[in-house]
Amino acid sequence: MTTANTDVVDVREDSRKAGRYVYVTAIVLLCAWVIVPLYFLLINTLSSPEAVNAYPKSFFPEFDLGSLTFFANFAGILTALKNSILVAAMTMVMSIAIGAPAGYALSRFEFRGKELFRLLILLTRAFPLPLLALPLAVLFIRTGIDDTVFGLALVHTTLAIPFAVLITFSLFSGIPLELEEAAWTLGCTRFTAFTKVILPLVLPGITASAIFAFVISWNEVFAAAVLTIENRTLTAFLLQNLDTSPLHLKFAGGFILVVPALIFIFAVRKYLFAMWGIANR
Amino acid sequence: MNPRLLPYFLIFPVTLFLCLFFLYPFVLVSQEAFSNENGYNLDNFREVTSYWKFPISLKNTFLLAAAVVPVQLALSLLMATMVNRMKRGRDLILYIWTIPLGISDLAAGIIWLAIFEQSGFLNSMLGGLGLIDSPTNFLSYQTPVMVFVAIMLAEIWRATAIMLVILVAGIGLIPKEYYEAGEVFGASPWQRFLKITLPLLRPSLQTALVLRVILAFEVFAVVQALGGTLFPVLMGETYAYQFDLLDGGAAAAIALIILAISITFTLIIMRALRVPKGATI
Repeated sequence: MTTANTDVVDVREDSRKAGRYVYVTAIVLLCAWVIVPLYFLLINTLSSPEAVNAYPKSFFPEFDLGSLTFFANFAGILTALKNSILVAAMTMVMSIAIGAPAGYALSRFEFRGKELFRLLILLTRAFPLPLLALPLAVLFIRTGIDDTVFGLALVHTTLAIPFAVLITFSLFSGIPLELEEAAWTLGCTRFTAFTKVILPLVLPGITASAIFAFVISWNEVFAAAVLTIENRTLTAFLLQNLDTSPLHLKFAGGFILVVPALIFIFAVRKYLFAMWGIANR
Repeated sequence: MNPRLLPYFLIFPVTLFLCLFFLYPFVLVSQEAFSNENGYNLDNFREVTSYWKFPISLKNTFLLAAAVVPVQLALSLLMATMVNRMKRGRDLILYIWTIPLGISDLAAGIIWLAIFEQSGFLNSMLGGLGLIDSPTNFLSYQTPVMVFVAIMLAEIWRATAIMLVILVAGIGLIPKEYYEAGEVFGASPWQRFLKITLPLLRPSLQTALVLRVILAFEVFAVVQALGGTLFPVLMGETYAYQFDLLDGGAAAAIALIILAISITFTLIIMRALRVPKGATI
């Protein structure tokens, strides 16, 4: 009887150990699934153009800056890079400046039409927004902001605003109203209570959602390609030249596109889940 | 300022912005789609749907969504449950798994191009293992299945993270007591997953699926980078009408078709996964 019992325990112990191996292996494999393709891109970026086009490929980078130099010297690409940064920066500022007050209003006030307003915000997410760039292209020509960095930033802000509103809404909701009320009783006005008490508390979260807006704009391809011709952003430039550009240009360009993404996820990792968890309810 | 007017003052900028750059262009694009020089009619729709490429791109878009979304759902659920029971290294693993969240679809296409192109890493690997004599061209018109697989893998690689983040946030909200009770009554991990996690995760599943399916019908840059014209999709056709054929009306018509498909699927998902009133945690 006792031996049978220990057998059962052994079997259970074994299966638990086996389960543990499967678990760890699965995690390692899933990490490799994300990282290995990125590593391949890195190899191609840090290799000379000749090595990029050669076969078979080495699985280690040769740390040659040939591809990146080629990228930097390619006509128009640095302007495109500058445009991308400009558009993304404008989107970041506009979406927070316009979106954050609304997020604050949603978290602090009950008012008529609140549900309608929320519906408008949520509605924008059920739409393939980049498609709206098509009619805007015509509209922008009429108003004279066609093919400008600012015009594109307006469209990207439309993309980023729903997120800005919902994320700031969840940030402000996380701060107890009592704090604000205490400030009022101590002689603050609504405005100074906001700037002195609430703002310092939400600033890191606001920064995170600003970075998020930056990346939405930085990554956007379709609207950028539709709305810019001379002043192409990096994504639009790369897309336009996919058929004609050499491989090493594509890979270096792809790498430049990826770098901010890596930094972004790292910078906002603390807020990622809080932001998404509440913003998506 | 009158405190009753303050919330309206705060939401005014967003409302104005969305009216100008979301509702108004939406009206414009509808107008353009339903009219041509002969007044209001369905000619644009007739034109685009009778074009030989339309059924193919419609089929491709649906096939891709049908192949990609279920895999992403399963994968993100698996990853979310794995992370949930993790004690050490949770932050690092989550950081790695969410990296693709910040990567643009164009960059993802380029990354997988590094693997699948003729002198790419897949060929190098197969050659290194002695499985092939000379590098094969995976991304040509002769290998439609490989083109599809490459696009599918790139899409799964890129866009699983967005579902993962929503699901991880959702799982975090499920009270631990339910699992403890389940364990007390002898429920296996699999039963706990089926009877506790899945039903309580419904609101997050709903959001994740809606977001993901809408994005799946908008698939564009990944396809352009990997398949080019070999694998026509709806969004690519919109782009081609706008740019190569300079036919704004037709582009608007396809845009509305994509919109209609997106809205239909949003409604289906929301209906299928509806949360009973008062049953949220």
